[in-house]
Amino acid sequence: MAFLTIPHIRIAGLAATVPRNKEQNACYHWISKKERESLIKNIGVETRRIAPKGMTTADLCVVATEQLLKELDWDRAGIDLLVFVSQSRDYLVPTTACIVQDRLNLSHACIAYDISLGCSGYVYGLAAASSMMKSGAIKRALLMVGDISSITASYRDKSTYPLFGDVGTVTALEFREETSPWHFNLQTDGSGYKALMIQDGGARNRMSRKSFEVKKVSKGIHRSRLNLELDGIEVFNFSLREVVPNIKNLLSHTGSTLDLIDYLVFHQANRLINETLRKMLRLEPEKVPYSLKDFGNTSGSSVPLTMIVSLREEMQKRKLNLLLSAFGVGLSWGSVLLETDRVCIPELMEL
Amino acid sequence: MNIETFIKQIEDEFDDLKPGALKPETPFREKFEWNSINALILIAMVKTEYDVTITADDLIKSKTLQDIYYIIESRIQK
Repeated sequence: MAFLTIPHIRIAGLAATVPRNKEQNACYHWISKKERESLIKNIGVETRRIAPKGMTTADLCVVATEQLLKELDWDRAGIDLLVFVSQSRDYLVPTTACIVQDRLNLSHACIAYDISLGCSGYVYGLAAASSMMKSGAIKRALLMVGDISSITASYRDKSTYPLFGDVGTVTALEFREETSPWHFNLQTDGSGYKALMIQDGGARNRMSRKSFEVKKVSKGIHRSRLNLELDGIEVFNFSLREVVPNIKNLLSHTGSTLDLIDYLVFHQANRLINETLRKMLRLEPEKVPYSLKDFGNTSGSSVPLTMIVSLREEMQKRKLNLLLSAFGVGLSWGSVLLETDRVCIPELMEL
Repeated sequence: MNIETFIKQIEDEFDDLKPGALKPETPFREKFEWNSINALILIAMVKTEYDVTITADDLIKSKTLQDIYYIIESRIQK
């Protein structure tokens, strides 16, 4: 099992930027009023932020980072690592992290690379960045996690369009000897890769005229091979099968229990999935914060966004024991147990 | 478990259904306005109450609530 224990890292700051543009699921007229109401109630999403044409994940992350660096009063020259986790990068080539390194005027001594992961991306990003930092050679790092999922969701696909929202986040990480170690449990099952995928445009199925043809797949689901496909039942059963054992194994591996955790922050998949997971773990609602209602499923950035919109004050003021758990496209999932202490969190920004 | 309890649990889960609306032989697709969300609600309820996973394939093969009940019964860990 991929249990990682990583010492000496702390979250110094956390920030997010969302597009100013809002869409209401109550106005999603592709489906009937009754179906809309059932969708809003069960999926738990009322409003989503949608990036206008030309705005990218990197744009949102850069705005968040500028503000965070100002509030942290960090010297840019001291940032030696930039990890950008997204499935909506600026270009197919080159790596978005390189472009962002320059936009932020970071030093040429800075390591920068992308990780292509979606829903599980925050936990994986924390693991990748902290692993590189733990020796102490890198003192400060930026982890950007975000997605503009609205680009790939077809309006005429009720299984994806009303679910996803756009956001870019940044987490400032710092090497600090005296912090308690982080514990990760990371897992993968690529046999389920078809449950969430975009068929064409990569090297396997090159983009062609056929890629753009919109086809009716089933009632209320029309999409092209460049749109995101989501097999709801597969994803649902995957989440209910894997997430709880992943968390329980992490807890028993580290000798911890859910009672010792202040909050369990889940990836915001949808309300039905998250509430079922919460009930399976017998956790009271107060311990499981949400950001779904106002922002939708925000892919890899849903965990940091939820911390910012639901736990901001507490995270700024006191020490918290957090369990973060994220799961989805890949299929890829993981959880991390970590302590935060007086994190710098600017107010949620809009672009 | 018994089928009466199972049916009551379904009736509780779906706002549209009045108590007594469902029978074991009820073809569930006709009684519910069957869509993917209702499928997820049913799957979530079965997982929470019985710790049993119902797949898309199970739903396709099932016609009545009795059929689903048998699937659950056969998978409950004894």
